Amino acid sequence: MAAPEPEAPTTARSRAKDHSPWNWLLFIPIVVPLIPAFFNADSPRLFGFPRFYWLQLAWIILGVATTTLVYQMTKKRGGDR
Amino acid sequence: MWRDHLTEIIVFSLLFLLVSAMGFVAARWRAPRDMAHLDEWGLGGRSFGGWITWFLVGGDLYTAYTFVAVPALIFGAGAAGFFAVPYTIVIYPLVFLVLCRLWSVSHRHGFVTPADFVRNRFDSPILALLIAITGIVATMPYIALQLVGIEAVLKTMGVTGDSALARHLPIIIAFAILAAYTYQSGLRAPALIAFVKDSLIYIVILVAVVYLPYKLGGWGDIFDAADAKFKASPAPGDGILLNANNQLQYVTLAFGSALALFLYPHSITGVLASKNRDVIKRNMSALPAYSLLLGLIALLGYMAIAAGVKPLPGAKAGSVDGNTVVPLLFDSQFPDWFAGVAYGAIGIGALVPAAIMSIAAANLFTRNIYKEYLKRDASPAQEANVSKITSLVVKVGAVACIVFLDPQFSIDLQLIGGVIILQTLPAVALGLYTRWFHRGALIAGWVAGMGLGMWMLYQIGNPATGKKHFAGSAFPLEKFGFDTTKTIYVGIVAVLVNLAVAALLTLVLRAAKVADGVDATTPDDYFADEGDPRVTPGTERDADVAPEPVA
Repeated sequence: MAAPEPEAPTTARSRAKDHSPWNWLLFIPIVVPLIPAFFNADSPRLFGFPRFYWLQLAWIILGVATTTLVYQMTKKRGGDR
Repeated sequence: MWRDHLTEIIVFSLLFLLVSAMGFVAARWRAPRDMAHLDEWGLGGRSFGGWITWFLVGGDLYTAYTFVAVPALIFGAGAAGFFAVPYTIVIYPLVFLVLCRLWSVSHRHGFVTPADFVRNRFDSPILALLIAITGIVATMPYIALQLVGIEAVLKTMGVTGDSALARHLPIIIAFAILAAYTYQSGLRAPALIAFVKDSLIYIVILVAVVYLPYKLGGWGDIFDAADAKFKASPAPGDGILLNANNQLQYVTLAFGSALALFLYPHSITGVLASKNRDVIKRNMSALPAYSLLLGLIALLGYMAIAAGVKPLPGAKAGSVDGNTVVPLLFDSQFPDWFAGVAYGAIGIGALVPAAIMSIAAANLFTRNIYKEYLKRDASPAQEANVSKITSLVVKVGAVACIVFLDPQFSIDLQLIGGVIILQTLPAVALGLYTRWFHRGALIAGWVAGMGLGMWMLYQIGNPATGKKHFAGSAFPLEKFGFDTTKTIYVGIVAVLVNLAVAALLTLVLRAAKVADGVDATTPDDYFADEGDPRVTPGTERDADVAPEPVA
């Protein structure tokens, strides 16, 4: 019979790699595209696209910007290893 | 009637032959010292850099389903079909967080499949077997869906006959070729072909989204034509915007599909084949380029409405095959030779994911059924061999799905697969973060989620087609006794119940002090990166082997 093994003994170095507060930003592109109130309307149209379509396509840019920012902010520095 | 499409058939055939040749040559591309190893055949040597991973995972996630079924859904139902866009936006932040950990622990321990991870994390061969079977069963209809994509193209070119055999013969030939080069080259074949596939698709779509609106009077007119069609149709759920009843379904379907997509064995195969964590993270910023493409492809459905496309008849008398709208749109609007290129793009677009999926399913069988239960001391060469043969069997199964089932329900088949694969979320995705769940509780949660999911899918009918069961994934909440006409995605409900059962039983089993096995991974494993000491894959299998020393 074994006791449960929680992940408590994480080393400080590992925390720096994976537990950055910047990661919380990633919840923005997970939550925002899932709120229909933002995009479920026809007007204003952009290049003939109803808002429903152009705004949801614009969330792609939001996603790219956020993942790029988080990657840049959390990537290993040169002397880390 | 195929004579009218001769140019298209020739261009299509040439492209198909080109990629087939590439598939066979791929065995020598970045050639390994020893191909008779599952890491080489099934994961391309775990060595793919940024560009290859981008093409491979992009070619893997955006399948023939993308090019054929999503516009078909938009053509038929309007805005509800656009869920594919939020779905493929939400997935990348999720992968960024979760699959990096899976990559690290797999790199350290030589895991090839998600079930390998579960086996070692939770010390439970039964749970690993359930995960493996879930993965294989969910992948089968997904491969079948790829065949539907090719079939839609072949049908439009008029090369499919009327009898059951003649209708499917071209597909059987195409898949026989695919099976042969996947057998020989493993994951290297789709990785190499993905370059051709994606280049063709980008060209076709860029031309389509510039040229077609110009021909059809502009984007505004296209949306207005679609609006007019949906206003005239008697169906309550369609329209170019969502209505009050399907918004919850739209959001839960997008989120649930995103959760499901990265649990699919083939996505995990693509991610594990990359060479380090940076490659994965950088790709999560670059892969959304495909989402933009997908959004534009989806709108081809509205262009088909504006162009007055009438889908070809389906397999049953009186039904229509909605999947033919995009090929028909290309046929009516493009010159023949360019339509041929577009068809080639769709056809090859089906081959890449079908190859990766069959490899992923074969790896699951080899690692978690064959090696676990049939031959414990299998050598790496034997593992690779079993995987190669299994990949053939899987493809035969997929072809059988198409021959014996109505392809009209391809998208629903895939949605059922999504519900199934979501039930591995607690063990695989949450398991990457916590060992809190009891292995027995995870098994019980899986059973509960699976049972509820199947029951809910069984309850869903479609009055329009007269189908009483398994006609979709939008579950009317009134069947739970709520006084509402809203619908919700089955997978989300099933996985929530799965989680609730797993959490409650964990408390119970802990209180009863039921044995919970030994975790063979250490917290540090989840951050390992390229250059870390790595076990030789295939040697560490048993959970009672001492954990790797902390690097």
